[in-house]
Amino acid sequence: MPVTLALIFEQMLNGVQFGLMLFLMSAGLTLVFGVMGLINLAHGSLYMLGAFFCAAGAAATGNFWLGLVAGTAAAAAAGALIEVSVIRRLYTRDHLDQVLATFALILILSEGTKMVFGPFPLYLNVPPILSGTVDLGLTPYSVYRLALIGFGLAVALGLWLLIGKTRLGIRIRAGENDREMIAALGVNIRALYTLVFALGAALAGLAGALVGAVQSVQVGMGEPVLILAFVVIVIGGIGSIKGAMVGALIVGVIDTMGRFLLPRIFATFMEASDASGLGAALASMLIYVVMALVLILRPKGLFPAHA
Amino acid sequence: MRLRTTLAASAAALTLGTGAAWADPVTVGLITTLSGGGAGIGTDIRDGFQLALTMAGGDAIHLVVEDDGQRPEQAVQIADRMIQSERADILTGIIFSNLAMAVVPSVVAQDVFYVSPNAGPSPLAGAGCNPLYFNAAWQNDMLHEASGAYAGANGMVNTFILAPNYPAGTDALTGFKRRYTGTVAGEIYTQLGQTDYAAEIAQIRASGADSVFIFLPGGMGISFMRQYAQSGVDIPVISTAFTVGQDNLPAMGDAALNVINSGQWAPDTDNDANRAFVTAFRAAYGRTPSIYASQSYDTANLILSAIAAADVEDRDAFRAALRAADFTSVRGDFAFGNNQHPIQDVYMRQVVMADGEITNRTLGLAIEDYQDVFAAQCTME
Repeated sequence: MPVTLALIFEQMLNGVQFGLMLFLMSAGLTLVFGVMGLINLAHGSLYMLGAFFCAAGAAATGNFWLGLVAGTAAAAAAGALIEVSVIRRLYTRDHLDQVLATFALILILSEGTKMVFGPFPLYLNVPPILSGTVDLGLTPYSVYRLALIGFGLAVALGLWLLIGKTRLGIRIRAGENDREMIAALGVNIRALYTLVFALGAALAGLAGALVGAVQSVQVGMGEPVLILAFVVIVIGGIGSIKGAMVGALIVGVIDTMGRFLLPRIFATFMEASDASGLGAALASMLIYVVMALVLILRPKGLFPAHA
Repeated sequence: MRLRTTLAASAAALTLGTGAAWADPVTVGLITTLSGGGAGIGTDIRDGFQLALTMAGGDAIHLVVEDDGQRPEQAVQIADRMIQSERADILTGIIFSNLAMAVVPSVVAQDVFYVSPNAGPSPLAGAGCNPLYFNAAWQNDMLHEASGAYAGANGMVNTFILAPNYPAGTDALTGFKRRYTGTVAGEIYTQLGQTDYAAEIAQIRASGADSVFIFLPGGMGISFMRQYAQSGVDIPVISTAFTVGQDNLPAMGDAALNVINSGQWAPDTDNDANRAFVTAFRAAYGRTPSIYASQSYDTANLILSAIAAADVEDRDAFRAALRAADFTSVRGDFAFGNNQHPIQDVYMRQVVMADGEITNRTLGLAIEDYQDVFAAQCTME
């Protein structure tokens, strides 16, 4: 099976698309960590809620876009509720307490989702306007995956404008640097924190809803992505949106290309099915190796937020 | 997350008046996956078992159900607790082969029966077979072998094959290749629990294959089929009941239509026991049973038949009663081979839309009275 230019092009697109979905997930995670110093393990659960409410909304209305709005809104609402009821008590506690409390939230949200929606995966399909493929010259490519790339870039642009060009963004950046000072200057820091947490939750919910159309909408779908999102923000530099973007693209492309190329490299000198097994095993480790290298060379990540 | 259900039932054979049948209820521990992504399959395993007990009536079995969270170490702990605290004589319920490989050897080492309603990893069917270990479903390779035989016999000569990188995944691809006569266009092991298959679908597109064989149980199959349907690749997919079974089909929708797959059972399997089972399952739970539910229902009826015939405290007599397989399987003919795995027929099925429900329709027999190839390595008579 030759490695053609068309195949490499398609795999690069796949890597970029995967990376941009990871970016949606990690942007919220890194924002919450950067502004509030909070490790939120339940971020993956908000991703799951986005997918479930999108599927339920789309099933109830017959319209994917309304489902998308429902998923994003439900995740944002759940985020705000969680911030007010649980997270708010954790800002002054150490990271271990935060990890324990947000891990408990994973269990509660997973079981709660199972109680409400049942144990079987839900149906959610790509909207008709984005189904099928488009010919990109070298290769046909899924319209929906192209749209995911578009969504990812649009959200990145929106976040950049929000953080860099608006009053809210100034407050968020100020909150990262010195929360006591901006509270003293009369900014309602509690409301700001709730807002930032809800924004992060909305991004996770949006990612879950978008990805839910081409993946299995099931309980526990958020945790594998959460682990990747942590890898992304460690590579990119914790608290940095730019770092999350770069880290997400690195992880997306390396993971995709590793899965694609490693088995082929091994196949040149060993039996095909062994090469496939070994290649797959090593490919799944590749991004962690990259993370370890980044930690050795630049312990604060590629774009440290408080450099 | 622990779910504990106690349900009493008895063998119809109480009326036989054997000493064994009048004894205290036999404690059966059912360890299965009831949380996370595998929860749908585990729910079917549990519900199928309970349905058989309810339909049998009486109180021959005291059933204890616990969730393994799809984690091997947790499953081992639960098994030990069920044996030591609950005094369970028989364990069952595990779905995933990596969990079965962790649990089964330690269970049989403690002189307790394990009757598998699903996982049938090859080591336990071959050299690692054990007098106390029974499999009431299949050896892992079996259905995949049927798909391989079907592909070869139906003009497919260049198949791309894909499975997750874990014991049942390697068993699946090895099994497919065993009876497949064509060439393999490409072979990929994916991560267990992988959700994005774009990189694999791109390789399928580029491979020039005339067919694709996948073993991606649970949510992995849903993700793959949805993405495959959006990719524009129109190479036909063949699979097994684990990927396009009733547990997954409602979530897959049209993306799964027409996929040909193998199974020892289908909702439309033509016998009285199965018609009664499917009707009762739909009435009790409001959905069509999956192949997992059918296997678990058979497992319960197998255990009930042995309880009616022998005292579980007499391990040799009870083992002989299990081996006799004196129950009516919903799949049709059922007998145990020397390694205590089924010798059975495997059918090809096709995903269709029937009466507004997406389901599988039986196409015909794929392999008849088939015994797994590992039985030869098992030293039991």
